[in-house]
Amino acid sequence: MLKVENLKVEVDGKLILKGVDLELSPGKVVALMGPNGSGKTTLMMTIMGFPRYKVVEGRIIFKDTDITNLPVYERVNLGIGLAFQRSQSIDGVALRTFLKKIAEKRGVEVDIDGIANEFNMGDFLDRFVNKGFSGGEQKRCEFLQLLVLNPDLLLLDEPESGVDLDNIKLIGKAINKILKREVTPQTEGTDSERCVDKWKLKSALIVTHTGYILDYVKADEGYVLIDGRIVCKGNPYEILKIVEKYGYRRCERCV
Amino acid sequence: MRVKSVDLKKVGFDEREVDRSGSYMQVDSEVVKCGVKEPGVYVIPTKKAIECDEYRKYLWKALKEDPSLGDFSNGYFIITEPGKKAIFPVQTCLLIEDSNIQHVHNIIVVEEDSELTVVTGCSSVPRKGTHIGVSEFYVKKRGKLHFMMIHMWGEEVEVYPRTGVIVEEGATYVSDYVCFKPGAKIKAYPTIYVDRGGTVVVNSMVMVSETSNIDLGTRVYLKGKGARAEIVSRSVSFGGVSITRGHLVAEVPGVKGHLECKGLILKDGSIVSAIPELEARTRDVDLTHEAAVGKISEEEIEYLMARGFTPEEAQSIIVRGFLNVDVVNLPESLKEEIDKFLELTTEGI
Ligand SMILES: Nc1ncnc2c1ncn2[C@@H]1O[C@H](COP(=O)(O)OP(=O)(O)OP(=O)(O)O)[C@@H](O)[C@H]1O
Ligand SMILES: [Mg+2]
Repeated sequence: MLKVENLKVEVDGKLILKGVDLELSPGKVVALMGPNGSGKTTLMMTIMGFPRYKVVEGRIIFKDTDITNLPVYERVNLGIGLAFQRSQSIDGVALRTFLKKIAEKRGVEVDIDGIANEFNMGDFLDRFVNKGFSGGEQKRCEFLQLLVLNPDLLLLDEPESGVDLDNIKLIGKAINKILKREVTPQTEGTDSERCVDKWKLKSALIVTHTGYILDYVKADEGYVLIDGRIVCKGNPYEILKIVEKYGYRRCERCV
Repeated sequence: MRVKSVDLKKVGFDEREVDRSGSYMQVDSEVVKCGVKEPGVYVIPTKKAIECDEYRKYLWKALKEDPSLGDFSNGYFIITEPGKKAIFPVQTCLLIEDSNIQHVHNIIVVEEDSELTVVTGCSSVPRKGTHIGVSEFYVKKRGKLHFMMIHMWGEEVEVYPRTGVIVEEGATYVSDYVCFKPGAKIKAYPTIYVDRGGTVVVNSMVMVSETSNIDLGTRVYLKGKGARAEIVSRSVSFGGVSITRGHLVAEVPGVKGHLECKGLILKDGSIVSAIPELEARTRDVDLTHEAAVGKISEEEIEYLMARGFTPEEAQSIIVRGFLNVDVVNLPESLKEEIDKFLELTTEGI
């Protein structure tokens, strides 16, 4: 699904990512951990394709296509969806109108009221996008937008930060709904059959500090990013335990 | 009909008069349409109306008489019966086609306990011309006037409206002003006088083009206890000069007013000024203002791009929101027109 190769990225002339390799197979969920300022958000933003994040070396492959130089909206069209760590408010634009526009753009029909109510956002549809929303409400709003976008690759930047436990559960439910996780991944059938279905197995890259979200969304693999480099790869739940006990210092030795 | 190259729908005028209680149309100095469908509402050419003393008394009462303006060619005179709540709006349209100068005198009288909406569209073929519109509105006790004005001028047209509004006890005046394809020069400073318990809400959204110089303001005198005013001006500049003014005057205690002037610059070479002014002539008043001039934030554009929109689309969504296109209750055909306009103008920025 996604392959990041030797990615080096500069922001405002400063090298932040110093050669990141990462691979995400269809149907897999990968947790990305690492200390503050290590470059997790930078990696997400670069995969999404924002021009401020300059790729100086390496490439990004998505669904067998080199997307390193594609504009953001084309990546969205290909099926990448990002939940921002920090969202933006848009004055004068009602959430309902906005979601309708997103659906139109994606060429999908969505029961906006239905999903908004399912995720406790029904009362927000007539308010301006994120305007005056609390931290947790903003996060739910991110997921409401992602539910409409229905991407194949989810990039989730700290989906649970600032969210109470009940709502973490709700966000977990939203993620599983997008990932179609209630359906078990199909591994049977001939190669060509699987090939057709290949991208229907959705993937996610989740940045998390606490790992709470991983109680609701099962992660298959964990990566640790320190100072712009992947230093550790393994069972995400094990990594979290070690980090909790010894801090990230222990991870540095993992290499 | 003489109308040549102006699409009237764009300025909110429905030629079939569906869902309209009356219509008035003037091309240059000629009245080409004038009539009503709903009882209790009267639409008369001003020249004819003032032949009658009963109506003549409304001339130069909300504005100071100004002989320097010269003689007016005509204009509309709209009056309701007391208590009449008009179901549909009256539509009016003033067009410049051949003449160099169009000078109209418009009067609207909403009688006690009556309610009326007037949608007025002003436009011209794209060439030189000057439009001087004198407007006097009277909203009597507990009456309600919703006045919606759409300006769509040719590039070289100059527009100098004079407007005075008298809002009596417990009455409400709501004005929505939309100006896109502005002429070369517009200068207007309507003045509104609000009596005890009266309410004024003024929204304006202006899209300033490269060749235009727009100077718009609203002045409200809060003259009676409990009078309230809210002025919201939004202006977007694609080059050109835009000045947004506002002046709230509190003359007695117990009044409340809020003034908001916001400008957005989309193109270099624009000059945008926001000039709010608050004036209290007594204690115990509540006057506030908010002014801001800036550009669209990069983060907002990025946020929308991540939802699949191109940078141009992202920009027009933000501008549309900024202008409050969905907040103000505009006719659908006009919204579509604004969208088309924004799409075109945000291309290549
Ligand atoms: N415009 C910029 N100029 C200079 N440095 C920047 C700029 N933007 C980001 N950085 C730096 O890049 C580093 C990585 O930032 P990033 O947001 O990717 O970290 P993160 O891993 O997501 O951290 P957190 O866990 O706190 O969210 C930080 O040290 C940050 O200060
Ligand atoms: Mg971050």
